[in-house]
Amino acid sequence: MSEKLPGNKKPMNPVKLLAVVLGMFCFGFLLVPIYDVICDVTGLNGKTGDQYVVSERPAVDETRWVTVQFTTSNNADMPWQFSPSEVKMKVRPGEMHGTYFVAKNNTNQRMVAQAVPSVAPFSVAQYFHKTECFCFNQQVLEPGESVEMPLKFFVDADIPDRVSKLTLSYTLFNLPEVAAN
Amino acid sequence: MSAVLESHDHSHDHHGPAKGWRRWVYTTNHKDIGTLYLWFSFIMFLTGGCMALVIRAELFEPGLQIVEPEFFNQMTTMHGLIMVFGAVMPAFVGLANWLIPMMIGAPDMALPRMNNLSFWILPFAFALLLSTLFMEEGAPNFGWTFYAPLSTTYAPSTVTYFIFGVHIMGASSIMGAINIIATILNLRTPQMTLMKMPLFVWTWLITAYLLIAVMPVLAGVVTMMLMDIHFGTSFFSAAGGGDPVLFQHVFWFFGHPEVYIMILPAFGIVSQIIPTFSRKKLFGYTSMVYATSSIAFLSFIVWAHHMFTVGMPLAGELFFMYATMLIAVPTGVKVFNWVATMFKGALTFETPMLYAVAFVVLFTIGGFSGLMLAIAPVDFQYHDTYFVVAHFHYVLVPGAIFGIFAGVYYWLPKWCGNMYDEKLGKLHFWLSFVGMNMTFFPMHFVGLAGMPRRIPDYALQFADFNQIASVGAFIFGTTQLLFLFIVIKTIVSGKKATAEVWDNPEGLEWTIPSPAPYHTFSTPPDVK
Repeated sequence: MSEKLPGNKKPMNPVKLLAVVLGMFCFGFLLVPIYDVICDVTGLNGKTGDQYVVSERPAVDETRWVTVQFTTSNNADMPWQFSPSEVKMKVRPGEMHGTYFVAKNNTNQRMVAQAVPSVAPFSVAQYFHKTECFCFNQQVLEPGESVEMPLKFFVDADIPDRVSKLTLSYTLFNLPEVAAN
Repeated sequence: MSAVLESHDHSHDHHGPAKGWRRWVYTTNHKDIGTLYLWFSFIMFLTGGCMALVIRAELFEPGLQIVEPEFFNQMTTMHGLIMVFGAVMPAFVGLANWLIPMMIGAPDMALPRMNNLSFWILPFAFALLLSTLFMEEGAPNFGWTFYAPLSTTYAPSTVTYFIFGVHIMGASSIMGAINIIATILNLRTPQMTLMKMPLFVWTWLITAYLLIAVMPVLAGVVTMMLMDIHFGTSFFSAAGGGDPVLFQHVFWFFGHPEVYIMILPAFGIVSQIIPTFSRKKLFGYTSMVYATSSIAFLSFIVWAHHMFTVGMPLAGELFFMYATMLIAVPTGVKVFNWVATMFKGALTFETPMLYAVAFVVLFTIGGFSGLMLAIAPVDFQYHDTYFVVAHFHYVLVPGAIFGIFAGVYYWLPKWCGNMYDEKLGKLHFWLSFVGMNMTFFPMHFVGLAGMPRRIPDYALQFADFNQIASVGAFIFGTTQLLFLFIVIKTIVSGKKATAEVWDNPEGLEWTIPSPAPYHTFSTPPDVK
C-alpha cells in the first residue's frame, strides 16, 4: 500500500483519529466544570460564589450607600411559603449585615428544599459575598413546620461606583427524591 | 460462521457485485455504499418533507384545523432532526463515497468494512427515532435543538429513544469521517499533492475534521441528558446545582460547526460544476482552500450567537457578534471566486449548472440574512421568529439541497452510464426554484413582523404570507417526486452517456468509462 502514497510519507493511522474522537467526547464533559469556573470567576448568569471566608475585616466605604433588595420565588412544584423578612436594606460597601428568610411547609408531608441564589445585575454578582447562607445547605421541614433561615453578607467595597442598587433573588426548589430517602 | 466467511472470501474472486440482497448488505464497495447512502437519504428527504407539509398545511390558515398542537411540535422536531441527520448529512457522505476514491485515483475507501458498518447502523438509528411517532407519549416534541429542561424534566418518555438514535447517528458520522480522512490522506495517487486535489475532496477533508471534532460533543450532551433523566445527575437542572444555559453552550458548540458540515461539501460540489459549464479553470483555487479552512476554524468560536438573548455580558455579545461577522469575509471570497469563474466564460446552463448558479445567488441571500441575525442588538427582535426560519432554510434548501441536486445531475451519468432527460431536469429545477422561493421568502416578512417560530397558530395579519408559503411548500414538495421519476428514468432508459459526459470536464472521474466499472483505479493513475 505504501508505494501508492505521495512521496515517501508514512501512512496516516486512523487510530489517531479515534483518539481525537474520544478526546472530544471528554471535552464535552469538561465543558461543565469549565463553564462553572468561568461563571464563578466572572459572575456570569448572576451566579454568586460559595461561602466567602473573610481573613481580615474588610474596609468600609463610608462615602456611599448600596441598596440590596431581596426577592424570592418558588420553582414549579414547590408549595412552601417562602419570603424575605425585609424587602430591602441600605448598606455601606464593606459593612457586614445579616437578615433572614422565612419558609413554611404548609403540606402534610416532610419535604426537602434547596434555595439557589442569583444576583442582578449579573455583572456585579462577583461583588456580593455571603459569609453565611441557608443556600449552602438543604432545608428539611416537617409538615406545618416553619423556619427562619439566616443570611450574612457584605457588599465588596470595590463594587463600581455606578451601582447603587442590586437584587438578590432566591429560587426554592423541591427535592422529592432526597425527601424520599 | 466459517461458511459465511468462506462465501464472503469467495465473492471477492469475482470482480463484480454479488447477486441479490447480499450485494447490498455485505458490500464493502465504495460505489455500492455511496448508492445506499444516497437512496437512504432520499427516503429520509421525502419522510422529512412529508412532515414539513403537515406543518405547512396546518399553517395554511390561522387557527387549529388539521393537527393538535402537541403533534405539531412533534412534526417540527422530527422534520428538523430527519432533514439534518437523515437527509443532508447521509447524502453528502454518499457523494463522498462515490466520488472521493474516483477523484483521487484510489481503488476504494481506506476502511471498507467500517464503511459498510457506518451505513448499516443508520437505518436502525432512524427506526428508533421514527418508532416514537407510534408510541403512546408521541415523538420528541422539544424542537430539533432539544433545549433542556424541555428535553429532560418536561420531555415525553420517548426522549430515551431519541438519545440512543442520536448516539448511533453520531457513531455513523464519526466512522464515515474517519474513513474519509484516512482515504484522502493515504490513498491519493502518487502525483496528487494536497494542493492538486479537487475542491470537493478538499471541502470534504475539512468537513470530516469538523465531524470528528463535534459529533463526540453531541454524543456527550445527549449522554448528559440521559444521565439527568435516568441516573439522578443535575447537569442541566438548577435544583441540583446545574444550569440549563450550560446545555445551550454545549449544544451550540456542536451545533454551529454542524451547520458548516452541512454546507462545506456543497461548496465543493459547486466549485466542481461551475468551471465545467464556464469552460474555464476555477478562479482562485488556493484562496478557496484557505477560505474553507478559515470558515471551519471560525465555526468553533461563534456558537453563542445562537443564544444572544440568554443574558450574556456585553463583552461576550460583542465578541460573538464580531467573530460571526468575520465569517462573511472567507464566504465572500468564495462567492466572488465563483462569480469570477463565470466571468467571460463560455457559459451553458444544463441542469447541474442551473442548480449551481441558483446555489450561489440564493445561498448569498441566506448569508446576508445571517449577517443581519449576527448583529446582537437587533437579534433580540429576530430571535425565535420566522426570520430565523427563513434564514436557515435559505442556506439549507438552496444551499445544501440544491448543492446535492447539482451534484446528482452532474455525476449521475457517470454513475449509471445513462444521460438524464435534460428537459425534465430543467423542469425540476424551475419548479424547485419557484416553489422554494415562494415557501421561504415570505417567511422573512412575517418574521420581521414578529411571528414566532414553532407555533401551530398565528395572528390574523400573517395569514396572506403564510398561505403563499404553504402553496410554495406543496409545489416544492411534489416536485421532488418528479426528481425521483427523473432518476429512475435515467437509470432504466436514459441515452448512453460518453466517458467524459460533459464538455471537457476536469478530474480523474471523467477518465474512466461511464458507467464507472465496479472496480476502478486498481493501479494509481497519472496526474499532471
